[in-house]
Amino acid sequence: MKESYEAIIVGAGPAGLAAAIELAKEGKDVLVVDRKQEIGCPKRCAEGLGLGWFNRLNIKPKKEWAVQPIHGAALYSPDGKSVQMKRKENMGYVLERKMFEKDLAMQAVKLGAKILLKHQVVSAKRANGIVELTIEMNDETKTVTTPLVLACDGVDSLVSKMLGLNTKLELQETDSGYQYEMTGVSGYDENLLHLYFGVEVAPRGYIWIFPKRDGTANVGIGIGAYEKETAKFYLDRWIAEQDGLKDGSIIEVNAGAIPVGGFLDEMQADNLIVAGDAGHMVDPIHGGGIGIALEGGRLAAKHALKAIKANEYCDSVKGYTKDWFDTRGNELMKRLKGRHLLEQLKDGDFNYLAGSITMDEALKIGNGNLTKAEKTILFTKKLITRPGLVKIFLRFMKDETRKEGGVKE
Amino acid sequence: MTTVNNGNKCLYCGACVGVCPVQAITLKDTRIVIDNKKCINCGACVNICPVGAMTIKK
Repeated sequence: MKESYEAIIVGAGPAGLAAAIELAKEGKDVLVVDRKQEIGCPKRCAEGLGLGWFNRLNIKPKKEWAVQPIHGAALYSPDGKSVQMKRKENMGYVLERKMFEKDLAMQAVKLGAKILLKHQVVSAKRANGIVELTIEMNDETKTVTTPLVLACDGVDSLVSKMLGLNTKLELQETDSGYQYEMTGVSGYDENLLHLYFGVEVAPRGYIWIFPKRDGTANVGIGIGAYEKETAKFYLDRWIAEQDGLKDGSIIEVNAGAIPVGGFLDEMQADNLIVAGDAGHMVDPIHGGGIGIALEGGRLAAKHALKAIKANEYCDSVKGYTKDWFDTRGNELMKRLKGRHLLEQLKDGDFNYLAGSITMDEALKIGNGNLTKAEKTILFTKKLITRPGLVKIFLRFMKDETRKEGGVKE
Repeated sequence: MTTVNNGNKCLYCGACVGVCPVQAITLKDTRIVIDNKKCINCGACVNICPVGAMTIKK
């Protein structure tokens, strides 16, 4: 290992590797360190990536990792009713994320980045305008220096904390996630994502089946951290009652915290830029974060390049948070409202909604972009017989201006 | 009181690391290390753990 780098990225996930690619592309001397022993493993992820992200980020799906094309989704209420949308055209893929991330790693290295696994940052300190990172590998420790750290180290995000940026997750804003990759399972349409709602089934969250071809699927759950039982408990109980799943074999067990409750107010500090789960960059409704992390990583690299060019690492990174909110954060803040609405619903509400609203309406409610006319129809034709629901929807749909989003000035 | 990690149940996913308010928990390879000098036994890790591997022993 060299003694110093123009930038050091901590965490070789989607955010870190996307940033590494952009920096290496510009010929910057960049090091990626990760404490894990394999890229993309263990995954803490259901591996879905919508087509919108492929287009936005200009990524071409490859056969090795885009393993299951997805044509829509089905939402299920506790009494088994479903709201479905299935299109002819492809709407996204379920990935083999390990392969996807290794592909990103190969690109980064081909462009000149250096990756070191099983290297754990144990301390980070600023001294005379640079950062000294102490890195442990096996039984050795070594100090490397860099003027700029990109913290892409996931929900743990200890590196930002070492550099004085509080990335702590609030428990009420964090979901507890648990998942099995199962094979020998059936009974669901492999071209759809399947989401199961209900307070009994998955309190403050949902259970998902994300098909991964040939009777293999990620079957998982995300629930509020404060629930009485563990995420594992709720998932096991549910799977035991599903005919197509209960006799399947588990080929992987995954778990992790999901930072669903909104984003860090500040995603940078002197000599530091944060991206991905470390900055709580996930979709507040479904908890997905691959696309957001890739975009965040690229944006982090853009600001890193600006700082390297100016050879100044405090003021030059300050625009990053605002840039991120303008690019993605403000839009996602609207979905945070959708999440808060969802959390208020009881089993009866889910059953009622499944019988009365369409997928298009559900998506628009989630995105906070129902038109006035659509809202009128929703309230006067669909919710009218359930006053409790009207109250909940009014509370969360009243104010759809963006004032709560964005950076605090 | 002491917060303890049950290595038999633990999946080393790091959820507890992220929610610990005092950075008392670190994840090293397949080992959860709890710094008892820092730990305040607040229970955040117990609540978030997807598999019930964290407990507070009285």
